[in-house]
This record gives sequence, C-alpha cells and structure tokens, in this order.
Amino acid sequence: MESVDLLYKAIYILVIFGITLLIATYSTYFERKIAAFIQDRVGPNRAGPFGLLQPLADAGKLFFKEDFIPARANKALFILGPGVAMLVATMSSAVIPYGDMLIVGGREVYLQAIEVNIGVLYIFGVVSLGVYGLMIGGWASNNKFSLLGAIRAASQNISYELAMGLSLIAVLMMTGSLSLRVIAEQQAGFNWNIWYQPLGFIIFLVCAFAETNRTPFDLPESEAELIGGYHTEYGSMKLGMYLFAEYINIFVASSVMATLYFGAYNFPFMENLREAISDPVLANNVVTLVGVGVMFVKIFLFIFFFMWVRWTLPRFRYDQLMKLGWKILIPLAILNIILTAGGILLKDYLI
Amino acid sequence: MEPLTNRRKNVEKREMTFAEKAYLPAIAQGLGITIKHFFKKKATIHYPEQTRERSSVWRGLHVLKRDENGAERCTACGLCAVACPAEAITMTAGERKAGEEHLYREEKYAVTYEVNMLRCIFCGLCEEACPKAAIFLQDDKLAPARFERDEFIYGKDRLVEPNKTTETK
Repeated sequence: MESVDLLYKAIYILVIFGITLLIATYSTYFERKIAAFIQDRVGPNRAGPFGLLQPLADAGKLFFKEDFIPARANKALFILGPGVAMLVATMSSAVIPYGDMLIVGGREVYLQAIEVNIGVLYIFGVVSLGVYGLMIGGWASNNKFSLLGAIRAASQNISYELAMGLSLIAVLMMTGSLSLRVIAEQQAGFNWNIWYQPLGFIIFLVCAFAETNRTPFDLPESEAELIGGYHTEYGSMKLGMYLFAEYINIFVASSVMATLYFGAYNFPFMENLREAISDPVLANNVVTLVGVGVMFVKIFLFIFFFMWVRWTLPRFRYDQLMKLGWKILIPLAILNIILTAGGILLKDYLI
Repeated sequence: MEPLTNRRKNVEKREMTFAEKAYLPAIAQGLGITIKHFFKKKATIHYPEQTRERSSVWRGLHVLKRDENGAERCTACGLCAVACPAEAITMTAGERKAGEEHLYREEKYAVTYEVNMLRCIFCGLCEEACPKAAIFLQDDKLAPARFERDEFIYGKDRLVEPNKTTETK
C-alpha cells in the first residue's frame, strides 16, 4: 500500500471514529429529548440553545465524579470491563461502507475503513465480543445484582445471535457474498434487500434490539428490578463508558441494518442524477456525497426508531424473552431461509 | 345483583387471535400512540421565563394599602385578626401623635402588624372583614419559600405598600 493511501486511511478512520463518538454523544441528548417529547415534556433545554450543550455538561459531570472502586471488587477486571465494552463498540464500524467511491485528484478513494471479504462475519464477531464487557464488569463488581445482569446479558446474547445469524443467511444466499461493500453495491438504486427479505428484516431488527440491550430487551440493565444490572457498582466515567458503548452499539446496529436491508448509500434515481451531470468525475463525486448523506439519514431514522420503541414498549420478562428467541424467532428464521431458497430455485427455473 | 351504573363491562376470557398473538400489530398501534404524543403541544410552562396565568380573583400575598395621600389606611381595629380562621394575624395598636397625619389616616394605627404566612390559609376573610379597605390579597404575588420559620412572619416592613411618589401617579 502506498503511503498516500495509508495517510488517507488514517484520516478516514479518525473521521469515522470522531463521527461515531459525536453521534453517540448526541444520542444521549436526543434520547432525552425524544423521551420528553413522547411523554409530553420538553426535555433538557437549559444548557445552551435548545439544551444542545447538555451532553458536554453530562460528560463533565461524569469526569469530575469520584472514581470509586468497591473494596471487594476485582480491581483489574473492574477497570477492564468498561474498557472492553468501549473498545469493541468502536471497532465494529470499521467495515461499514458509509459511501461509495470519491475521485480525488485522479485517485479512487473508497469511503470505507477496511474492505474485507468477510465484513458481515467481522461485525458479528466483534459485536458478540461486546458481551464480554458486560460480563467482566458484572462479575468483577462482586455484587449479586451485577452478576444477575451479567448472566442475563450472556444468555440473551447467545439466544439472539442465533436467530440474527439465521436471518442473515437468507440475505447472504441472495447476495452470495459476505462483503458489506458487495452487498451494498448489489442494492443499487431502489433495489433494496428489504423488498425481498421483509420477514428476515423483522427478525434481524428484533435481534438487533436484543443485541444492543435496548428496551424491550434491556434485561441486563433493568433499572427497576436489578438496580442497573451489570453497572450497579459503576460510577463516574466508567459508567459513562458503558452508556457510551451502548449508544455506539446502536449506531453500529443502525448502520448494519441500513447497509444490509435498506440499500446502504443507494437511493432512488441515483443513475438519473449521475447522467444529469456531464462531467463524469464531478457526477461520481456528487452522487457519492449525496449517497453518504442518504446513508446517514437512514442511520438516524433507525436510531430514532430505537428510541421511539424504548419509550413505547415495556420490558419483556426473562422467560418471555427466551421463549421469543428460541421458540419463535429461530423457527421463523429457518422458515425464511427455506422460503428464500425456494424463491432462488424458482427464479433459476423460470429464467 | 342489580348493577349500580350502566358502565359495567362483561369480561370474557377467550383465546387470542393470531393477530393478537403475533404481537406486532399491537406494537405498531403503540408506536402510533407514542408518535402522536411526540408532535403534541407540550403542557410545560418554562417557569422563570413564563409564569402561569392566574385568575383575577387569585389570593396571594397580603398588602397593607395606603390612601390617596400616602397615609396608611389600617386603624388597628383587629377585625381581621378576629375574622382570621387560622389566627395568623397579630397586631399592636398605637395612638397617632401630632405631626404624623401624613403617615396614618386615623388617630389610631397599627404599630406592629404581623401575618404568619405559615399559618395563613389565604382564605381572604381578612380582606372581607376590613372596614377601612386596608388589607388586600394580591393576585400577582406569592409568599416565597424560605429557609427559616421566623422569616415567614411578615411585619409591616414587608406588608405595607411602598409609598407612591407623586411623579409616577
């Protein structure tokens, strides 16, 4: 790889990292704002115009709080827990194609940090590591409630990852590739996967809620019954890291859903726009930049949906959660695979 | 048994239909309700900038009025204290000396006049009892919260209406 490419990659990774953190920061603000609006309140509005500086105030508060470690806790693991959660959360956005290709000075620049031919597997691997952060934190706290939260997080992850993977297999059968870029390119224009995989998308969506520990599947946290679950003993910025990691996970889950099912950076009448501009380089760049905008709009809509659901649905009971995962979602996902396989065979037979 | 009202509903326990079991239609319905609230007008009054509009007959903090010449109207007759159901009002009367005619309207006046805001129930009976139209409950002021109990006993320094200067009136 040339040094220019390397420099570009470094800059791109930094930008994506910054955007991820920014979106996670402002997710806390919008979470509170949306919660307030849905409950007929106005939400934070004192820090800055419309309360826009609220996340900074929150972060400042968390930084300056006493960094307390319980006496009987395992100190090393206690510190490692939020670190793992944060590390894993920020790693997963590396393979997501946020845009197509820009042409800068005759050089083709892909808007993706790393292009690997197993992008989907990479995301799955990294996201499922995320539960280690929760487990380590819950275990190290030496607290019954934390341990219960950690156990719940682990068992929830195992049961929902299965259905999630199975629902994805149907997509992979159609696209024939594990690379997120290839999957994105195949959905050019308005040819999105959601039109072919509505059932698979619903299964994936439900599992994404469980994976990111969001209501109605926020059992590891469950502030009502477990006093915060795995982060009961955490305070100051360590707690902040856990919460932050959760919002980054939402962002990543939204990106993955937008890429896999909602056409990533593709938008309707893309080719018409490309043809409308005479200069091919300019046309390509304009289409790519609009595509990046479209991608982020899709991501924000998903993030909004995550929050909207949080303030609509109550939490599932633990046995209901397990029943839904094992007895309903997995059979449905298998049914979806069979239907997709039948569809592909039928298409081959007809053509 | 004869029902007391016609609002009684018979509860029947039946098997859930497939749509109910599928749970997703119910979720969609719930999402619809929450998004409706999202766009609703908020009931919040942004307090320090806005205050709730009060009725014109609202009874708030007391004021001891002055007459058109700026003399105190109260003559310390004690009718307000007698009328007060919460026994919040106490006063001591004094005789007006020569040269104090511009300060007190009648020959007898209140040397001290205290309302205990912790006892007061803001019923307005003092206002009704007063023969001299001296005490009123304002519609725009409240007794604010304080840290000490004795700060709730309002003396004449806080009750008497400030002297109007001739320029403003």
